[in-house]
Amino acid sequence: MSDETLLQTVFHDWHVARGGRMVEFGGWHMPVQYSTIVDEHNAVRNAVGVFDVAHMGRLQFDGPDACRFLDHLLTNDVTKLQPGQVRYSLVTNEAGGILDDVLVYRLDGGYMLVVNASNREKIVAWLEAHRSGFGVQMTDRTLTHPMLALQGPRSVELIRALGCEQAAAMKYYSVAPAIVAGLDVLLSRTGYTGEDGFEVIVETDAALSLLGKVCQAGESLGLQPAGLGCRDTLRLEAAMPLYGHELNEQIDPLSAGLGFAVKLDAGDFIGRDALLAVRDSVTTRVRVGLKLDGRRIAREGATVVIGDEIIGEVTSGTFSPTLEESIAMAYVDRRYSDTGIALEVDIRGKRIAARTVDLPFYRRPKSN
Amino acid sequence: MDLTTLKYARTHEWVAADGDVATIGITDFAVKALTDLVYVDLPSAGTQVAVGDNCGEVESVKAVSDLYAPVSGEIVEVNESIADDLDALSEDAFGRGWLLKIRMANPDDLDQLLSRAAYEEVCQAEEH
Repeated sequence: MSDETLLQTVFHDWHVARGGRMVEFGGWHMPVQYSTIVDEHNAVRNAVGVFDVAHMGRLQFDGPDACRFLDHLLTNDVTKLQPGQVRYSLVTNEAGGILDDVLVYRLDGGYMLVVNASNREKIVAWLEAHRSGFGVQMTDRTLTHPMLALQGPRSVELIRALGCEQAAAMKYYSVAPAIVAGLDVLLSRTGYTGEDGFEVIVETDAALSLLGKVCQAGESLGLQPAGLGCRDTLRLEAAMPLYGHELNEQIDPLSAGLGFAVKLDAGDFIGRDALLAVRDSVTTRVRVGLKLDGRRIAREGATVVIGDEIIGEVTSGTFSPTLEESIAMAYVDRRYSDTGIALEVDIRGKRIAARTVDLPFYRRPKSN
Repeated sequence: MDLTTLKYARTHEWVAADGDVATIGITDFAVKALTDLVYVDLPSAGTQVAVGDNCGEVESVKAVSDLYAPVSGEIVEVNESIADDLDALSEDAFGRGWLLKIRMANPDDLDQLLSRAAYEEVCQAEEH
């Protein structure tokens, strides 16, 4: 795909002007880094970073059957959501394979889904195909309502500095209309970094003004613009799955360790029958965390071995900037999925000693 | 270091020749493209290499890159301290960040390499 055919967020020229190194991601032209991945990673862990996440899909649902419709399509129990609550969920096909992982927001009026950029068109088509018989309207807000993520321990201070007092009292995984920097936004305490933080949805016309004010207010807090490179290392430390790596249509949510987002006893949804069968069987491979000896990175596709037996495959790996260790997520044979199993990873023909560890690799310090 | 006295490979290695011994490293451009270096793997002294042979790996958070021999000959010395001091590579790619010394079997190999000006053109083309 040439750069000309890629979608651009409203922040595109800002990234270029800030020296962002631009790459293709999910059909969009996005910054992978501005300074270095490790610098930006550390800014998010220790201060605050701002990410352009406008490439992610935002779909709004209205109408009398919006709840029933989403409950039919999502593995989590949408009927339990109160206004202002956010939940993680999967969208599965009839075979229980994962079509996408999403956040569902219950707003005062309707609902919103935030979906992966690379899956937006697929999910829109999937939802459209299942809409008949439901009184629900779906509106794709991706291009009209961009989103920024403000992530890091100083994100509350940042939002307060922008004149929004309610942020500090918001619970994790809640959403509310708010005024930030004098602009009307939809503010959620969510993110994909394992750190405290917020995601802010704003109208396109106000988006650059918001980003400018965020940067101005963030200067004294150590704010840095942060790209997709550190987004990946941050989510990996937090053991959050990434679609296309830990998740795909051949993987079911239970094998992926996402049973917390699958409510098999709360009404029917597409994929439920298949997932009931998975629950009652012994799944073959499950997602685990690995730590490797030395500094080499186990990247996607590296095989996990014990002796002569191939027992699994790496789905993501990096050198953890926070832990300064080589970490990876992998699917391995259930028999070898307990914590502390010694194994090896084949990295380009060299066998590197590794062991299974508890996930996540990194958990943020509890704030008081 | 006067960078115009060095020779360059399209694969981003630099070569400083002193008699029949060539000191090899990777360029500032390569270091900047990789950033966030985590690991360097080098062969042992005594290894024979031919032009284009794989003679090590440089890994960053983002990607792993192979190091290719820009000249043929015997590796006579490797920078043993680099694995524990990757900052030397990012801060001083043409000095403390050197990687290998090769006793050249055929010093004419140098004629096949690029001048600084020609190498910079290669880099500019890669940036676009």
